[in-house]
This record gives sequence, structure tokens and C-alpha cells, in this order.
Amino acid sequence: MSERLRSLRGPGRIGWLVLAVLALIAPLFLESFWLQTGLFAMAAAIGAIGLTILTGTAGQLSLAHAFFVAVGAYGYCFFAASGDGLGVATVSGLGLPPLLALVLAVALAGLCGALFSPVSGRLRGIYLGIASIGLVFIGQHILFNATGVTGGFNGRDAEPFSVFGFSFGANEPELSIAGVPFEELERLWYLGLLLLGVAYYYGRRLMESRPGRALETVRDSEVAAAVMGVDVTRYKAAAFTISSMYAGLAGVLLALVFNRIVPESFGLALSVEFLAMIVIGGLGSIRGAVLGGIFVSMLPKLMDKYSDALPFLAQPGAGGGVEPAQAARFAFGAAIVAVLLFAPGGIGSLGRRKLRSTGADDAAPQDTTSPAPRVPARSSAFPPKETA
Amino acid sequence: MTQFIELLINGLSLGFTYALLALGFVIIFKSTRVINFAHGSVVLLGAYLIATTADDIGFGLAVLVGVLSSALLAALLYLVVLRRVKGRAADTVTIATIGVDILLATELARRIGQQVLDIGDPWRDDIIRFGTFGVPEARVAAAIIALVLLGAFMAAFKLSRWGVAMRAAAEDGEAAALMGIRLSRVAAGAWFVAGALAAVGAIFLTTFPTPGVDRTAGLVAISAFPAAILGGLDSVVGAVVGALIIGVVVTMASGYQDEFTFLGRGLGQVAPYVVMVLVLLIRPAGLFGTKELTRV
Repeated sequence: MSERLRSLRGPGRIGWLVLAVLALIAPLFLESFWLQTGLFAMAAAIGAIGLTILTGTAGQLSLAHAFFVAVGAYGYCFFAASGDGLGVATVSGLGLPPLLALVLAVALAGLCGALFSPVSGRLRGIYLGIASIGLVFIGQHILFNATGVTGGFNGRDAEPFSVFGFSFGANEPELSIAGVPFEELERLWYLGLLLLGVAYYYGRRLMESRPGRALETVRDSEVAAAVMGVDVTRYKAAAFTISSMYAGLAGVLLALVFNRIVPESFGLALSVEFLAMIVIGGLGSIRGAVLGGIFVSMLPKLMDKYSDALPFLAQPGAGGGVEPAQAARFAFGAAIVAVLLFAPGGIGSLGRRKLRSTGADDAAPQDTTSPAPRVPARSSAFPPKETA
Repeated sequence: MTQFIELLINGLSLGFTYALLALGFVIIFKSTRVINFAHGSVVLLGAYLIATTADDIGFGLAVLVGVLSSALLAALLYLVVLRRVKGRAADTVTIATIGVDILLATELARRIGQQVLDIGDPWRDDIIRFGTFGVPEARVAAAIIALVLLGAFMAAFKLSRWGVAMRAAAEDGEAAALMGIRLSRVAAGAWFVAGALAAVGAIFLTTFPTPGVDRTAGLVAISAFPAAILGGLDSVVGAVVGALIIGVVVTMASGYQDEFTFLGRGLGQVAPYVVMVLVLLIRPAGLFGTKELTRV
């Protein structure tokens, strides 16, 4: 591969290294607003990776992501809380070590996903999309009413994370690096980076592996997949389960950053935001999901912070004009439509499309994660089963 | 028993209102294979326009304005935005409607703010008494108007040239196009009709016993999703039957919730989804939907 092509492929190895180092030293110079926003972005990115595996790679539209995020968040709180009733209302908990609670919460989200498999394995595309909305509403109902576990409307506190006596919540042991005191957000930052790294790596490996290719075939044509020996129902259910586990992990991280979780955060709007993330990033692209997650989750917070500097925005609650939260919603609504109309591969594919037009079709190994280059294959050997 | 029959009547009339929305989903799905997530915003637009203009030009004209605007908006959505996303997977177009919905809903919510607008209907909070049962007049009007509209639609769908063209396009788009049917015109017509029905539904979703038009009125349209799915997304009859079932289930679940306290409060909102998931478990294509056959 020529140097010219390599340079078109994005940041390149040195670029990634610089990015990684910047991410690692970020807590040394970022103030807490940015750390918190960054942590939300990491949680969003983890959830978005899960959804892009399901919707982008396996072609199963799901709006239930918020439900599984909630399962992860509440699951962690339930497993980790000691249940001594520090909150407003007494909520039960198992008092397990936080690390174990994290693993169990992710497993619980996966289990919920697997339990839904009689529906998710049989329904296709849009039918699943709407059936999955049902899960969000049923989930909300449970969150509001199962007050013994969820705390109801007021929510419940999240136990701070800790590993082998090193607490991520309190300042014990006290720690400061280069004169910067390392408190909760700084410590969580590294946990978030680690989790995001694992999620990203596993997602990429999955896409490039045999099951990943099987899922792509299921998306393009279930008949072709079945003919090739792929158990379509099982793979669809498995994709749903894996995606739920990603959502669960995102939920755990969210709970840790929020410190307190309330049912309202896990409504249909959150599911729609996740969908926006993966569409903006490009369906089926892991890197795109991360970019989309960062974009969609940070936009409202940035607009809010800089509302007085942006001339077209009104102060929150002042009435008249466009409030920051609304401006952010306008922006990502428009972004979804614009991406689907003009850049169907997502923002991550804009650079790559240039590459393909130079005639180097199989140049970039990253292309395996993008749905765009797969399109010719769709129209050749096995025409997709169109119901229209 | 009195309570049961009252709830049944109320449920059926609510069901007819849902039927107007569910039918919109089905018409759009049949003609373009898209689920219109922006339907809620179209409903909200209709309600908002009727509520804001009713004082100046009277309720009748306001309804006309609201219905026409909603219908035009829906048709424009298809012609300007969604048609251009065509050719890719139907899921992608569906996601595009979510984007459109976010834009419209945000703008309407911004205009409405915290207000609860009165839609200015002539029925107010009057109640009609049938012997021992009392039913809100608005609900009776809803059932009658919905029945008339549904009947008119069924007739047009079966008999008119537009109905034939639409059924042909839904059956086999390519063959229909070769027979000289303009697919995009048929589809735009379908979106227009769906938008008009949504605005009529909006009236009855915001009359008594509901408080009025507020920023969340569009969310009610989401309750019509289970109705459309329950009946089968490509079945006109299914939409109506599904909507009636959902209407009765919602009303019963709210009416009898004191006897189901162990299931928690707000049962009425979640019951449609439980019913939907249960039905989908047994019949993945809904009650009247066409089973997808796979020819190899």
C-alpha cells in the first residue's frame, strides 16, 4: 500500500498514539465539567457500539436500548449496595464487591436480552423496532413501581466503585499526581477508558470474526445466511444478547458517574439518542459509533455551557428564543436526516469514500466494519429478500 | 356491571380514535414500507393549529386548517425528505422519520411551552346519559366521526381509482409502475391521507376527558403503534381491530387499576405494550398481517 493511500485512512498509527496519550493524561489538565462530560461520552460510546452491532451489522432495528441500559445501571446498584438504607427510602441490595456487581449487572442485562429472544429472534427489522419500544415502556413501569429495588420515582444511589480496597468514590487512599488531586471523576476517567477500550476491542474483533460475518449475511439476506449454514434465529438472538450486555455496561458506567439514578433518564428518548449516535456515526461502524456517541452526548452539554457565548441561544428557562437543550435536539435531528440523505455511511465514512474513488477497493482493513463497501455484494449473488 | 359497560363504551370510542392513527401507520407502511415515527408530530401539529386558530375563525374552519396542514406536511415530508432516502433499506428511511420527528416535536414543544391549550371543541365536558351509563359527548362524537371516516376510507380503498392504484402498488410496485401507476404520486397521496387522519385523531385525543393540547400530546400517537402492530402492519382491517382492542385494554386497565394495585400504578400506559408483546410471541406478523413467505 502506498504512503499516499495510508495517509487517507484517517489518523494513522501515530495519530492514534497521540490520541491515546492525550486521553491518558487528560485528568491532569481538564476541569471537572469536562471530565464528567467525557465520562458520559464514554458511556454513550460503549452503548452505541452495542447498538451498532445489533442494528448496523445484524440489521435488527432496536429501540429497547434504554431498557437494557437501565437494567445495567439498576442491576449494579442492586448488587453493590449494602442495603443499609442511607437514601431517602430503604432500597434492598446484596452488598457484593463492586467489581463482581459490575460483572453481574452486565450478565443480567444479557440475560434480559436473551429472555427477549423469542421475540427478537423471530421478528424482522421494523416489527422488532416497535416490539422493542414495548420493552422500554414496560421497563419504565417496573422502575417506577418496584420501589423496593429501584427506589421508584426518586431513584436510588449508586455504590462507588472499588477494586481490592482502592475506592473510586471516596479519597482513600488519597492520591495526587503532578499536583492534581485525583478524586472521583479523575479515577472514574481511567475506569471509563478501560471499559471503552475493552468494548471497542471486543467489538472490532467480533466484526472481523466468523460470527461477525455471519451476522452481516443475516442482515443482507436471511435465506443466503441459512443456506450457508448460519442458524439465523440463534444468531439474531445472540446479537440481541450481546448488544444488551454492551448497553448494560454503559448503564453501570452511567450509574457510577451520575451517583444517583432515576427512572426518567431511561425513557424512549434515550433509545432514540442511541439510534441517532449510530446513524450519525454510520450504521455498522464501531469507530463511527464511538464518534457518534461522543457527538450526541456532548452536544447538549456544550450548548448549555456556552449558551451565553452563542448568539442564537436563549438562557435556559428565560423563555423566548431557542434554549440550549432544544438547540441540541435540533442539531441532532437535523444531523440524522442530513447523514441519511447525503452521507449514508455516516461521518466516519466521509474520508473513506474518497479512498474508494481512487480505485483501491480492498485497501483498508477498516472497511470490514463499514456497511458501505458491502453493497455491491448484496446485489450480486443473493438478492436481498424485499417484501415490497 | 355498570362500570364495566361504561368502561367498555369509553374503551371502544377511544379505540376508534386510535384506529384513525393506526390506519395512518398502515397506509404509509403499505405504500412505502416505512413506519412513520413522525406521526406523533403530525398529530401534535394538527392539535396545535386547531387549538390556536379556533378562537379566531371558529372550530369548523380551524379543523379544516389543521387537517389540511397536517396532511400537506405529511405529504411534503415524503416528497422532500423521505423519497430521497429511498432505494436503501426500509429501516434507514424509518430512522430518517425519527430524525424528522425530533425536529418537528422540538419546534412544536418550544412553541407550546408549558401551556395547556384548549382545542375549542363544541362538546366541552358534556355527558350523554344512556339510562344509567354516562359517556362524554366528545367520546360519542369521536366514535361516530371515526366510523364515518373509516367507512369512507374503506370504500375509497376498495372502489376508487386511487384505492386500486394503492393496492396495486402495495402488491407489486414494479408491475404497478409498468401499468402506468405513478408510484411516488400514490405514495404521496397515502401520506396525505395519513396526515389528515392524524389531525382528526388529534382532536379527539385532546378533548374531554383529557385536559387539552400540551407538548406531550404527540406521545399519545405512540400508543397507536401497538394497535397497528397488533393488527398486522399491512392490514387495514387489522389496524381497526387492533385499535379497538388497545382502546378497551387501556380503558379497562386504568378503570380497574385499584383491583390490580400489586401490578403498580399507571397500568393503563403499559398494558398496550404487554398485549402487543404477548400477541407477537404467538403471531409474529400480528393478528391479520400477511405472514412473510420466503421463496428460495
